[in-house]
Amino acid sequence: MSKLAPAVTAPGAVDTDVNTDDDVVAVPLRHPWRWVVAGVLVLALAGLVTSMWTNPNIEHSTIATYLFNPKIINGVGLSLLVTVIAMLVSTVLGVLLAVMRLSKNPVMNAFAWLYVWVFRGTPLLIQIVFWGYLGLLYSQISLGVPFTDFTIFSVDTNTLVPAFVAGLLALTLNQAAYSAEIIRSGMLSVDPGQHEAAASLGMSPSYTLFKVVLPQAMRVIIPPMGNETISMLKQTSLLSVIAVLELYTVATQISSQNLRQVELLLVVSAWYLFLTSVLSVPQYYLERHYGRGTAAHAPSLLSRIQSRIMQRTKR
Amino acid sequence: MTETLLRARNVRKNYGHVEVLKGVSLTVKPGEVMCLLGPSGSGKSTFLRCINHLERIDGGRIEVGGELVGYARRHGKIFEMNPREVSRQRRGIGMVFQRFNLFPHMTALENIMAAPVGVKKVEREAAKARAYELLERVGLSHVAGHYPAQLSGGQQQRVAIARALAMDPELLLFDEPTSALDPELVGDVLDVMRQLAADGMTMIVVTHEIGFARSVADTVVFMDGGVVVEAGSPAEVIGNPQNPRTVAFLNSVM
Repeated sequence: MSKLAPAVTAPGAVDTDVNTDDDVVAVPLRHPWRWVVAGVLVLALAGLVTSMWTNPNIEHSTIATYLFNPKIINGVGLSLLVTVIAMLVSTVLGVLLAVMRLSKNPVMNAFAWLYVWVFRGTPLLIQIVFWGYLGLLYSQISLGVPFTDFTIFSVDTNTLVPAFVAGLLALTLNQAAYSAEIIRSGMLSVDPGQHEAAASLGMSPSYTLFKVVLPQAMRVIIPPMGNETISMLKQTSLLSVIAVLELYTVATQISSQNLRQVELLLVVSAWYLFLTSVLSVPQYYLERHYGRGTAAHAPSLLSRIQSRIMQRTKR
Repeated sequence: MTETLLRARNVRKNYGHVEVLKGVSLTVKPGEVMCLLGPSGSGKSTFLRCINHLERIDGGRIEVGGELVGYARRHGKIFEMNPREVSRQRRGIGMVFQRFNLFPHMTALENIMAAPVGVKKVEREAAKARAYELLERVGLSHVAGHYPAQLSGGQQQRVAIARALAMDPELLLFDEPTSALDPELVGDVLDVMRQLAADGMTMIVVTHEIGFARSVADTVVFMDGGVVVEAGSPAEVIGNPQNPRTVAFLNSVM
């Protein structure tokens, strides 16, 4: 390796001593239209808020009463529980389906394709109702050998699959189809050279999947999965059609008694908005974790906000 | 040492209707350094990838250390290997790629440790010590904690060589290891390879570096159109080529 030659001051060479006299002192570019548009928007928003606030058809005390009502809080808990379980289980299923879809095994490939085709091709609402009414289709669920009388056990469908389980099943199985496609696209985004490098080191296909391919695919998978999580939280409200006591069901039950529909919808919206905001935080940290090695390490959320404020005040 | 480490006989390979390898036969002895030269599309990289079964051959046979690559002999019959057996076989054959192919989510050190820990089940601490040793050997112990994106091309390729060495291969394959590098970084990588050759490593190197082939190789093989056109010592093939195609190629690259 050759060492760099020492800097020589010659005609045309870069001047090494820093002299601020040469700096251009300029007036920063002004953006007057930003202020105008911002003003119009603030005015419009203020008008909307005032009209809601002064609207005699909205009883604000009702909103305050029900915002932290124990029934509502239970509903919030259940919605959150369904979201978390459905997302976790569907992600595992999604990885399985994505691997099957990418495998050279034609049986697995066809099964994964068929699964995605069915669950992505029919409306979620219908799937929920279907699982909810499973008892009408099969009154007993039994395990045994098909086309014979041999059974190991048999249970009443409504005992095995109550509304909560039916709702959870519907959301999980439907989400798995979407997640599978997201995960598959993430796995396809990994450079084929990575598979070859892993293979040349004698890594088995499964070791390659978990240690080499998936960690890299995560970078591509996480942003759309964040989307899906938020979507899932809101979709739990669809479980009201099979009377799962989640947030929206509880709110409609209350409003059918006190006839304060708008107020309770506002309560519900406030909760959904709050929960979706909270759910976006882990996404940032997951992205930061799986983005390691690709760019300069991203700062934490708090320090990023701090530096933004610092930049503003410096100007 | 008269035994043979690699024996390729009449190896054929096609992509669809295009025949890329039309019967390649060659042998490599332990400790030998063989350089494969030839114009692009001559099949030299494809042949290299057949040796560790990254590509399936359509005819002929390749044996490494007396074992058929990709196939197992049992009860007098030949069976296609399952993925697990193929993985086991590849552990003895290291490979260095043109585009490095380091794992971007692991540091240099983790890249080197990954296979010994995950595949050979070497103790973490022992693997770590060995990885440091290998980094030292390629002159990069100061970047152990760096991610590949923070390294220059030449450094990445040297880490890739260390990664391949960590599995203690009996044969090391190089697929145009310096073709993706800036000219001023080529020398460092070639120096490492030169040192490996001096240490007695068996190497098959697909390269365009004629100077390296001349000074390091024991055997130079010139391939064109999917066949071996000329093979022999560097003095014979590079110094005194007999075939007009070899002459034309050497004139165009030197």
